[in-house]
Amino acid sequence: MLNMSQKKPEKMIEDNGVRLDGRGPKDLRPIKIEVDVLSNADGSAYIEQGKNKILAAVYGPNEAHPKHLAIPDRALLRCRYHMAPFSVEERKSPAPSRREVELSKVITEALEPAVFVEYYPRTSIDTFIEVLQADGGTRCAAITVASLALADAGIPMRGLVAACAAGKVEGRLVLDLTDIEDKGGEADLPLAWMPNLNAITLLQMDGSLTTDEFEQVVNMAVEGCKQVYGLQKEALKAKYVAVKGEVEE
Amino acid sequence: MSDLPTFYERKEIVTPGDLLAEGDYLAGDNTYKEDGKIYATRVGLVEYEDRRVLVVALKAFYVPSVGDMVIGKVIEVGLGSWLIDIRAPYPALLRASDAFSRPFKPQRDDMPSIFDVGDLVIAKIIAYDRTRAPLLTIREPDLGKVERGQIYEITPTKIPRVIGRKGSMITMLKQETNCQITIGQNGVILVSSRSPKDEQLAVMAIRKIEEEAHTSGLTDRVTQMIRSEKGDVKHVPEET
Repeated sequence: MLNMSQKKPEKMIEDNGVRLDGRGPKDLRPIKIEVDVLSNADGSAYIEQGKNKILAAVYGPNEAHPKHLAIPDRALLRCRYHMAPFSVEERKSPAPSRREVELSKVITEALEPAVFVEYYPRTSIDTFIEVLQADGGTRCAAITVASLALADAGIPMRGLVAACAAGKVEGRLVLDLTDIEDKGGEADLPLAWMPNLNAITLLQMDGSLTTDEFEQVVNMAVEGCKQVYGLQKEALKAKYVAVKGEVEE
Repeated sequence: MSDLPTFYERKEIVTPGDLLAEGDYLAGDNTYKEDGKIYATRVGLVEYEDRRVLVVALKAFYVPSVGDMVIGKVIEVGLGSWLIDIRAPYPALLRASDAFSRPFKPQRDDMPSIFDVGDLVIAKIIAYDRTRAPLLTIREPDLGKVERGQIYEITPTKIPRVIGRKGSMITMLKQETNCQITIGQNGVILVSSRSPKDEQLAVMAIRKIEEEAHTSGLTDRVTQMIRSEKGDVKHVPEET
C-alpha cells in the first residue's frame, strides 16, 4: 500500500527551529478541551490536541463488580485506554492490544495518586478513554482528559493531573511530539504532573538522551504541563461561568 | 476572619487542587490540608467562614448520612430484605420486618406484593458507617412507596439550594405551583399534583434552580419565571 502522508520527510526541523506543522521547538499543539459532553456517564470530557481527538467518561464510585476485585480499604480505580479502529491510518483491530493494556495500566497509576480512593472503600471508579483519532502523544492527552472527567464526575481529588511529552528530534529538544516526530526522532518522554503538589505521576522514555538532555527535557515537559493545566482549569469552569454571566448581567 | 492569606474571593469558582488558604485555617467540606495549606478537592464555590474554609461542590454524588430522607428504587427482592438503589456508592438495605406490622415469616408474607423491583420508596437512613450497607426504615409518617407524581434527579449538593434559606425556596415552589414536593437528600425530588401541568411547571422551576444554583438572586428569578409561565398557561383551556 502506498502511504504518502506517513513517509518520513527529509528534514523534520528547519535550521531556524520551525517544525513540520509550523511550530517552534517549545510550542504545544493547539488544544481544545470541553467538559461534560456526555449525559449518560457521571462525568466526561473531550480533548483535541493537534490532530488527537480523545473522549473520556467516568462512572462511579459504584459497587465493585466482580465483587472479588473490591478492595476493603479503598476504591478500585480502573481505566481503559482504547483506540477506535478508525483512529490510525490503517484499521486497528478493536481488541485491546499489548500496547493498550500497558497504557491502561500506566494511566491508572498516573491518576490514582490524585484521587481520594481511601474515602470510598469497596467501590470502583471506572474511567473509559476512547481515542478517536491519534497523532502521537495520546497517553498524555488521555491523562489530561481523564483527570477532567474524574473532576466532572464529582470525585474528590487532591488536584488535577496534567500531562505533556517532550523529546529530541534531529538533535534538538522539542515539546509535544507528533506521531512523525516520535517515530523519526531520537527520544520521546511523556510526563504527567500534579501542579499543586509539584509531583510527577508518570515518567516514561524511549530512545536515548544524555543526563543533561534528560534534565532539560523533563523541565520542558513540566513547562508544557503548566500550560495544559491552565487550559484544564478554564475548561472545568467554562460551563458555570457561562451560566453565571448570562443571568447576572 | 483571620488575616492570614486566602487566595480567592468568596463564592469564586475553584477546581480540584486550587490553593484556597495558607496557615491557621480549618479544612471544611470538599477541601484537604497538607503542610498548612488548604486545597479544594472538587469543582465548586469557595466559602471562608471565620477560620473554616470550605467548598460548596457544584457536582457530587450522594454519600449516605444517618437521618437523611432519601428516595430510592428497589433493585432486588432478597430473602428477608430489599436492596435499594439510593444513588450512593453503596446500595441500601430495607429489612422486611420493617415493612410488616407483625413478625415477618417468609412462608406467609409475600415480599414482592409490598415492594417489587422497580418500585420507588421514600425512606429514612437509620444506620450507616461505610463498613456495611446503609440501613433504611419506612416506619415513620410520610415514608413508604411512591404511588404517583414525577421524579426529577439533581446533583445532591444542590438540594440545599432547592430548599433555600430557612425553606424559602421550597415554600415558594409549593405555593406557586400547587404541588406536593418531597425532597430526598440523595438528589431525587418527587413532585405530585392533581394537574400534570402544575407538575411540569414545578419540574421546570427545579431544573432552573439546578442550572443556576451557583448564581445569586435565584429565588426571585424562579418566582418570576413561574408567574410568567402561569400567565401563559391561563390562555390554554383547562382539560378536565
